[in-house]
Amino acid sequence: MSKTSQKQHWWNNAQYRSLFFQVVLVAMLAGFFWFIGTNTLANLDKRGISTGFGFLSLKAGFGILQSLVPYDESYTFGRTFLVGLLNTLLVSGLGIIFATIIGFTVGVARLSNNWLIAKLAGVYVEMFRNIPLLLQIFFWYFAVLRSLPSPRQSWTAGEIAFLNIRGMYLPQPLLGEGFSFVIWTFVLAVVATVFIRRWAKKRQDDTGQQFKMFRVAFALIVGLPLLVFFALGSPLTWDVPKLQGFNFIGGMTIIPELTALLVALSVYTATFIAEAVRSGILAVSNGQTEAASALGLHKSKVLKLVVIPQAMRVIIPQLTSQYLNLVKNSSLATAIGYPDLVAVFAGTTLNQTGQAIEIIAMTMSVYLFISLTISGFMNWYNKKIMLVER
Amino acid sequence: MKKITWALVATVVTLVISAGFAQASTKEEVQKRGALQCGVSTGLPGFSIADEKGAWAGIDVDVCKAIAAATLGDATKIKFVPLNAKERFTALQSGEIDALVRGTTWTLTRDSSLGLNFTGVNYYDGQGFMVSKKLGVKSALELNGAAVCIQSGTTTELNLADYFKENNMEYKAVVFDTHDATAAAFDNGRCDVLTSDQSQVYGLRTHLKDPEGAVVLPEVISKEPLGPVVRQGDDAWFNIVKWTLNAMIEAEEYGVTSANVDEMKANSNSPAVRRLLGLEGIGGKGLGLNDDWAYQIIKQVGNYGEIFERNVGAGSPLKIARGLNALWSKGGIMYAPPVR
Repeated sequence: MSKTSQKQHWWNNAQYRSLFFQVVLVAMLAGFFWFIGTNTLANLDKRGISTGFGFLSLKAGFGILQSLVPYDESYTFGRTFLVGLLNTLLVSGLGIIFATIIGFTVGVARLSNNWLIAKLAGVYVEMFRNIPLLLQIFFWYFAVLRSLPSPRQSWTAGEIAFLNIRGMYLPQPLLGEGFSFVIWTFVLAVVATVFIRRWAKKRQDDTGQQFKMFRVAFALIVGLPLLVFFALGSPLTWDVPKLQGFNFIGGMTIIPELTALLVALSVYTATFIAEAVRSGILAVSNGQTEAASALGLHKSKVLKLVVIPQAMRVIIPQLTSQYLNLVKNSSLATAIGYPDLVAVFAGTTLNQTGQAIEIIAMTMSVYLFISLTISGFMNWYNKKIMLVER
Repeated sequence: MKKITWALVATVVTLVISAGFAQASTKEEVQKRGALQCGVSTGLPGFSIADEKGAWAGIDVDVCKAIAAATLGDATKIKFVPLNAKERFTALQSGEIDALVRGTTWTLTRDSSLGLNFTGVNYYDGQGFMVSKKLGVKSALELNGAAVCIQSGTTTELNLADYFKENNMEYKAVVFDTHDATAAAFDNGRCDVLTSDQSQVYGLRTHLKDPEGAVVLPEVISKEPLGPVVRQGDDAWFNIVKWTLNAMIEAEEYGVTSANVDEMKANSNSPAVRRLLGLEGIGGKGLGLNDDWAYQIIKQVGNYGEIFERNVGAGSPLKIARGLNALWSKGGIMYAPPVR
């Protein structure tokens, strides 16, 4: 309170007032949720429906097609949650990477001066953007992947990798003794590259001299670990899949459900990302391009150094939404039998235990958490690349 | 996901709103609405499947019709709600349906912790396997390493795991949402084996591209008593559904069919038949229904033997033998307490 004002009652102070009403609102909200919660619990109890999270430690007793962590029927429902969650993260993560790559490529291609490339990109966007995602998933799964041969007639590449209707069978690397040195070399190389890059940037800022960053980074990150690998006597063997009984045994399997879902999600989301990229690039005034060209920069450098960085301001918010959509859309997995969180946890587990409220609440929280994480990260990135007004 | 979420929201809302209110009984609700809301499967030949015109048929559908005939006097006043295995219990708990007749196995967990009551058994089943003839497999014990197509959220998933574990075999479960998707995946060769309750396996087989190319293996690896389910806590409605089923079985035992029920009603002097048809005894009083409740069931839908034969038995493409589902007096275990 300023000294100049007359003595005032505290309830006439705007600051206290707004605080007061906010406290009241929060209290009312809390009361509302408490009311709903206790009522629901009481009614569940009255109707003889069991509640609580105790079911998570019960034995699950059903099989799951793909799991990134050890799992079999003897694990608990808590584990099925984890298995489903990781499968969701796998397909979303890969989907985001692929969709971003395809989306940026197509978005830039659509603005190309080459008539054919621009039109092809346009056709791709218009076609895949306008077909419902579920249909696309069905298309890839039932039409495309189902035309693959049966296990006995698998397509093969040099008898080490096989492709059939049950999936793609690849040799699995078995890490021998000393392989950890290779991994550590790789990690060190990455760290070193980051430092060298900083130094190179500083040097360029100070002296204007450019540094052949790419070659050095390549040598460090790829060459050095390879060198160590061979120096140690190639401590790596491969487990090659073999046809035995009904199917291939050993090696790594990429199940067709994952492939279909991943392709559909990436191809579909990429169309929206492409449009975001196109709008972002178009939003950069042509004068910028002309100015950059006038400086004698090569076309690709103009794009990389002048246009894209400015376009990112427009692209990022839309990109964030598309990432969120992709993660949520991955729950359509259940239609083709990919064991994601919704299929495994909100599906089978829910039905085996009947604990609908707890399970759906957990599932919803997971999606909420993933979405908030992505949008948090993207907002941070957005802030970082925002134009700094000088 | 969407459907489940909505059903869940509905459950929560019902549970919240119903706090402190006395619940209206399901029977009164059905009669006021003038239609029974009956949950059935999304499409399983012989049990519940809709034709091109949207008319439902099957042994489960006929049980729904019988409930409507008993409660409303008209077997056609039904709204069928097709549900997949994952949605069915939530739909019943939330009041979206009045009764669930959808090949649901009666188990301890479901009967005791989901707020549900099983009213009896309309089909005694067991889990079986179907494989492609080309594989040359003769027994389920040769299935080590097989990929198995299966519908999600069923007891089948658990039995399968138990069976393979007991016999030290490995398998890959490929899990789908609906019967259709499961059968399509098997048809396309995504898996070697399709497993489900044996009756369902026979039903799905009729919808394959080449039904003759698939064989059902002899092993039955579980007990699957399938029956209608209602919500717990409404005893009057529980009784109605339970006795609807009993009346159909009883009618078969006394030889009362949809064809001869009128004649029996006029001429029969068997006390048991007269009690069943509401001419003597307590009639519909205890159930809160008209005295002719059982007559309406038999007249409009038929007795248990009739619905079995026309939907899954000799008169259907499935051609399943009566087996366990024959009357107790004919070598089966279908047995109804007396209507008296």
